[in-house]
Amino acid sequence: MAELRTEEMILNMGPQHPSTHGVLRLVLTLNGEIVEEVKPVLGYLHRCFEKHAEAMTYPQVIPYTDRMDYLNAMSNELAYVLAVEKLLGIEVPERVEYIRVIMSELQRIASHLVAIGTYGNDSGAMTPFLYCFMDREKVLELFEIVCGARMLYNYIWVGGLSHDITPEFITKTKELIKYLRPRMKMINNLLSYNKIFIERTAKIGILPPEVAINAGVSGPTLRGSGVKYDLRKSDPYSIYNKFDFDICVGTGERGVVGDCWNRYIVRAYEIEQSLRIIEQAIDSIPEGDVQSAVPKRVKPVAGESYVRTESPKGELGYYIISDGSLNPYRVKARSPSFCNISVINQISRGHMIADVVMILGSFDIVLGCIDR
Amino acid sequence: MGILNKLDNSVEQFESGNIIITSMDKLLNWSRLSSMWQMFFGLACCAIEMMATSASHYDLDRFGIIPRPSPRHVDIILISGTVTLKMATRIKRLYDEMPAPKYILSMGSCANCGGPYWEHGYHVLKGIDRIIPVDVYVPGCPPRPEALLEGLIKLQERIRNQSLAKHTA
Repeated sequence: MAELRTEEMILNMGPQHPSTHGVLRLVLTLNGEIVEEVKPVLGYLHRCFEKHAEAMTYPQVIPYTDRMDYLNAMSNELAYVLAVEKLLGIEVPERVEYIRVIMSELQRIASHLVAIGTYGNDSGAMTPFLYCFMDREKVLELFEIVCGARMLYNYIWVGGLSHDITPEFITKTKELIKYLRPRMKMINNLLSYNKIFIERTAKIGILPPEVAINAGVSGPTLRGSGVKYDLRKSDPYSIYNKFDFDICVGTGERGVVGDCWNRYIVRAYEIEQSLRIIEQAIDSIPEGDVQSAVPKRVKPVAGESYVRTESPKGELGYYIISDGSLNPYRVKARSPSFCNISVINQISRGHMIADVVMILGSFDIVLGCIDR
Repeated sequence: MGILNKLDNSVEQFESGNIIITSMDKLLNWSRLSSMWQMFFGLACCAIEMMATSASHYDLDRFGIIPRPSPRHVDIILISGTVTLKMATRIKRLYDEMPAPKYILSMGSCANCGGPYWEHGYHVLKGIDRIIPVDVYVPGCPPRPEALLEGLIKLQERIRNQSLAKHTA
């Protein structure tokens, strides 16, 4: 008997859709309710980052890197600043390095909390979203104490930081660590090990490790497929080699390795590892001046540099070409979300429309990062 | 009598029965400003602050503002972020799909005037008011949740002063 088929249907998902995490448009080709092809259409948030980088001086580019991946502004700043510092060949004081690590780990927690909360929201669970945003407010409060801004900071400067941390920040960070551990346990009980949630996410959108590696997928999305690859360990930058933490990978505790649940749970576990790093760093911050190495004028010699860092979304790299003037000749950003989204067609085929929402959510994309 | 207290001086109530006298304007405006349903629609960085505002810490629900995914259900649209040229046509279309009366709140510098992208942003619309009329502008990059709440209260004030008979600017 010939296989029963319905007429092919094209469905537009987005750019205004509550679960596309921004202004992404997915063109779905459907056979009944089964997805045959997913075509992401990008460019709804193209904000001309590279053009701006050409027209600005080196320090002026930092606020634009904030706005690329707005959920983890600190990590973006850090990656760009490290690339400029490599070009300049300057050493920053150890105190600065410690504070940078603490800030980017706090940012990782904030970013992962948004990822977990909105993922719950995608699956129809509103409560984890409310809890996660409540906890995220506490992290943002710490940033506010240090630099005054909640989301986009311009905090990490070339050669230093805009403000030194205060004793209040240290005590509040310690309080946060104590507060977050039981909260994460609660969120895990509420969402991660919830039967309904597991039914929605386990064995959905299985991403085999070799496909992930070939497509340049990185970050928790790659680690969800069981690949133990984290730039903080594999290619340590800043002072990450001083800290003791584990790389979280998807182990198939529920579902199978590489499915949506495993990608999701890596983020929940990584929050604990970030707390560990902060715990180790916060007690051993050396004394020093955070602005002693800030150059009066950032004017590197002609050359190029590339620095890659582990942002909460994956491998974030900045490639800078300098022609010896005050402005960068070219800045290319290798954004993790852009590479991660490229596998969506391969792993969504054969699933239902509702599963596409879960698959997309499990990548934790940020459109500012994709379109730049 | 919570509802009647809010209508305060515009209401005349009779002691004996369930009869109140008020003007049509007052009643309509009061009902509109107390349940401004918002489009579930985020553009860029400001959308995260918008989400933070509607989450538990700042709680937009207490103003009667509930996000709805369809433009046909909503009264206000928060333009929360950078409007690119590619997105501008979509926003115009979404605006056209909304039933009247409809209100626009432009959130953040990008939606107000192009923000940090005003000079070199070849793909950025320099202000959402070039395509749709804006009621309230909230400055900031991104505005704090308190600033957004202030903007929404300003919008409520604006609705309170509306009139069916005469057009108010």
